[in-house]
Amino acid sequence: MKEVIRLENIKRNFIVGDETVHALRGVSFTINEGEFVTIMGTSGSGKSTLLNILGCLDTPTEGEYYLDGTAVSTMNKNQRAALRNRKIGFVFQNYNLLPKTTAIENVELPLMYSPGISAAQRKERAIEALKSVGLGDRLMHKSNQMSGGQMQRVAIARALVNNPAVILADEATGNLDTRTSFEVLVLFQQLHESGRTIIFVTHNPEISRYSSRNITLRDGHVTDDVYNGNILCAAEALSRMPQPEE
Amino acid sequence: MNFGNLFKIAVKALGNNKMRGFLTMLGVIIGVASVITMLAIGQGTKKSIQSEISEMGSNMIMIHPGGDMRGGVRLNSDEMESLKLKDFNDIRNNTKYVKYVSPMVNSAAQAVYGANNTPTTVYGVNLDYLDIRNYAVEAGDVFSDQDIKVAAKVCLIGKTVADELFPDGTSPVGKVIRFGTIPFRVVGLLESKGYNSMGMDQDNMIIAPYTTVQKRILAITHVQEIICSALSEEYTDQAIDEISSILRVNHKLKETDEDDFTIRSQQEISDMLNNTTNMLTILLSAVAGISLLVGGIGIMNIMYVSVTERTKEIGLRMSIGAKGRDILAQFLIEAVLISVTGGVIGVLFGVAASLVVNFAAHFPIFIQPWSVVLSFAVCTLTGVFFGWYPARKASMLDPIDAIRYE
Repeated sequence: MKEVIRLENIKRNFIVGDETVHALRGVSFTINEGEFVTIMGTSGSGKSTLLNILGCLDTPTEGEYYLDGTAVSTMNKNQRAALRNRKIGFVFQNYNLLPKTTAIENVELPLMYSPGISAAQRKERAIEALKSVGLGDRLMHKSNQMSGGQMQRVAIARALVNNPAVILADEATGNLDTRTSFEVLVLFQQLHESGRTIIFVTHNPEISRYSSRNITLRDGHVTDDVYNGNILCAAEALSRMPQPEE
Repeated sequence: MNFGNLFKIAVKALGNNKMRGFLTMLGVIIGVASVITMLAIGQGTKKSIQSEISEMGSNMIMIHPGGDMRGGVRLNSDEMESLKLKDFNDIRNNTKYVKYVSPMVNSAAQAVYGANNTPTTVYGVNLDYLDIRNYAVEAGDVFSDQDIKVAAKVCLIGKTVADELFPDGTSPVGKVIRFGTIPFRVVGLLESKGYNSMGMDQDNMIIAPYTTVQKRILAITHVQEIICSALSEEYTDQAIDEISSILRVNHKLKETDEDDFTIRSQQEISDMLNNTTNMLTILLSAVAGISLLVGGIGIMNIMYVSVTERTKEIGLRMSIGAKGRDILAQFLIEAVLISVTGGVIGVLFGVAASLVVNFAAHFPIFIQPWSVVLSFAVCTLTGVFFGWYPARKASMLDPIDAIRYE
């Protein structure tokens, strides 16, 4: 199995006034290609800080982070921006789509910042990504004409379009109702089955039952790291739900 | 990151906020349009004055008697009788840089023909005068040197005089008109020159031999003015020096004496008028420039608000791989697009407004290509200058904070 993420004793301190806050106090784990990992923790557990470091938005105070074999902690801002562009697909809680912009244009966005891709290629890959999340018929819909679930699927397509090494989801179902949450979860499970590496940060324990591995953070330490022997099927759960009233 | 993509991104972002973009642009549009219009009016005025000056006769030099002091009282220069025919003859014979020279005496009175009369001025001159002032004869002929010698009562009349005295359109040539009480035979009709820049009708005049005006109308032997033209404009100063030294000798002035005459050249007048119109242009442009500056500040203001408002978008762009310089470029391009588009529209509006001014107010306008290029360049610079600070602010945002900004 190929190693996609390797954290070696990651520490991250913030200086707030005169005090030093230890957000991460030595976190180490590795994630292999094809894993669907949920990272859980209450607020203040260091979850967000870890996500920022995993997403190459932040660098650790101490320790080393290898993303797809590349050491990140010594990179400068621009190098990390380029790395994010190639290796990471973000899915945010509040979708973060560009307003008044079509699905295709939203999905194309990461490719706009990566050199050497023609407009035609860009469009083709965006359409492909949108089809893979089941929005093949909503290509020209603008972000304000879509439901929350659709917007999140556009965001997932955007995360996929660069063919990243890892998809980082930050409370990706947090803004959705239960039914739509499960629809999105089904999509993540499909991506997992097709071999994608997914890290899903959440405080909802239910989601961990649908992932292949769960890491729990508490006070800046990994307190629990278990592989899920009995992955539930989100599609099944969805089918058991009462149909929405028409 | 290639420029084409950034350009597309910026255009798209502007397209999402058309109303705001337009309102921001409006400041630039008004600024540029007023710069163009003001410059067009300034330049137009200057050009029309210049062309009228050269119509009046370029390289013209006018010699008037100067005010003299008698017992501590400075006398009215018009009453001085210091310019003599000898001065005129010496200037004609002893100068290298003077091409034409004519004495001038004038008198104002009613011109009468039959039942018609009109107030006008008779100018007593020689034939050089026509060349100096660029007058041409439309019908008939000029008077001769012989006419000057014998102080013949012949004259050339201007269009205005002809129209007043011969309202039925008959040719005045050969007719005898009276100027005051003295009869003059009209030998020629002058071509119309219209009004000059001072609003003087250049056709309301009668030209007669100077000897006739001196002897038969004014009964004087001196001349009121001598009018010359230099070989060409660049010799004006040399010509003035020559004339000045001749007059000083003739008038027996000592080294220390002031000139008892004044020499003014067309050059001088044209310089003075040019200075005035330049001042006008600068003043107008300064006012217009201020509105352009206000427009620029409008851009900065809007871009600044836009950066704050779009913090989340910036955070997103950064998290999916936009570098600081990509964000900087995007916002700069947006600012420059606003200012340049505003500039283009402003130029069109400015040109249109200038034409309207010309059409409605009959104000002379002249749109100089450089003024268009200049306002365009200023626009782009305005965009870059006022867009820079907000764009820089955007590019310095931390993606972690920006993406979670509410």
